[in-house]
Amino acid sequence: MSQLIPLDPAATPGDLIYRESPSQTAGPYVHIGLALEVAGLPLREVEIGNTMATDQADGTPIELVGTVFDGNGDIVRDVFIEAWQADADGTYQSAWQHDNVFNSFGRAAPDAFGEGQWRFHTIKPGACLDARGQLMAPHVALSVFARGINIALHTRLYFGDETRANESCPVLNAVESPARRRTLIATPEPGDSGRIRYRFDIVLQGEGETVFFDF
Amino acid sequence: MTRPTHPRYLQRDRRWHPPAYAPGYKTSVPRSPRQALVSLQNPTATELTGPSFERMTLGPHDNDLLMNFRQGTEHDGLPVGERIMVFGRVLDQFGKPVPQTLVEMWQANAGGRYRHKKDQYLAPLDPNFGGVGRTITDEQGWYRFRTVRPGPYPWPNDVNSWRPAHIHMSVMGPALSSRLITQLYFEGDPLIPHCPIVHTLNDPDAVRTLTAKLDLARSRPMDALAYRFDIVTRGQFQTYFENQG
Ligand SMILES: [Fe+2]
Repeated sequence: MSQLIPLDPAATPGDLIYRESPSQTAGPYVHIGLALEVAGLPLREVEIGNTMATDQADGTPIELVGTVFDGNGDIVRDVFIEAWQADADGTYQSAWQHDNVFNSFGRAAPDAFGEGQWRFHTIKPGACLDARGQLMAPHVALSVFARGINIALHTRLYFGDETRANESCPVLNAVESPARRRTLIATPEPGDSGRIRYRFDIVLQGEGETVFFDF
Repeated sequence: MTRPTHPRYLQRDRRWHPPAYAPGYKTSVPRSPRQALVSLQNPTATELTGPSFERMTLGPHDNDLLMNFRQGTEHDGLPVGERIMVFGRVLDQFGKPVPQTLVEMWQANAGGRYRHKKDQYLAPLDPNFGGVGRTITDEQGWYRFRTVRPGPYPWPNDVNSWRPAHIHMSVMGPALSSRLITQLYFEGDPLIPHCPIVHTLNDPDAVRTLTAKLDLARSRPMDALAYRFDIVTRGQFQTYFENQG
């Protein structure tokens, strides 16, 4: 027998809506399952990693880097991050394959004994339309998992050199406070081999707390 | 560009899920946002689409933890512990199977020790046990793993906190909106009611949905016990509702 719970106990069969499985923290050892190298496990033939685009991919190659801070200002070293972004044309490429030149999905985690920085190698996403046909500024959705995080935190990384697109983005503008909106903007800086690197620090709590979304 | 349409999802019940701030689980205190989440009343392609892994090549033992880390031959290289099968269906809230979705899991060995650089627990590593599995659900949403039952382990929270035996479960579902990481507990484990992480859930029914049930009928005689664990991802609206309003 299954352990499912209906949303409404009085619902009749055929009209049942079940409760979603509740979340639990990914814990400190999330890497064993989802980022094997960080745990120190041998890699399988195919792993989902932090390289979302190869040199062959269309678009501008970029790096995304950042550090996650807790409410004490301490670095969250055991964080695990998933990225989801459109390709250079603004289209999400759903079919993940390890030999694609570009995948919309990637995973990153800082080294177990390193400085606590996560990193993605990707291309700058194109703008895409929202559900009402308004143009959203280029962005990367990031999901944050860690010990002490009971349910994934979802944020968006926007690009500091897309000022005009950012100003008219309906999702950025759904954040009422302009000060808080700024927590979603990554800062461009010179990166390796001429690539632009965007820095996006995430603050889980307190001053400069990053905006997290519910959807 | 045309206006994209994607199936929408039932609203997530945030009171059913654990709150970000659950002081009984001490690490959540500095790691929980104080500001309110910003609600997207009109989720976009970003939230309503997600990766699919139908074309991902999996190894032959990726879902078999009895085999996927063994050092020796078939006969001398098996992990220590109770042999179990963990199986179930991934369904959405409307009861519709979620086919071809990636289900991943990780766990401690039978002694409660994780194969992780940072785990210092004095219980030994098992040379034949890695503790990681993954699989793709079939057309009806079924998944299955073969493993050993993980041991409970102590952890620094209260002076004497122990995790009940558990397996970390990760499911992608069809979209970013359905992404879920949770934990599987075992029916009858006396540590469940004492666990601060279990207690982040406010509703005893929520704990029930995370408690795998022994399925004696599906167990293999002289081989392995079976535990059933169904996973429910957010309900995907069909076109009728999707086009409303
Ligand atoms: Fe654990």
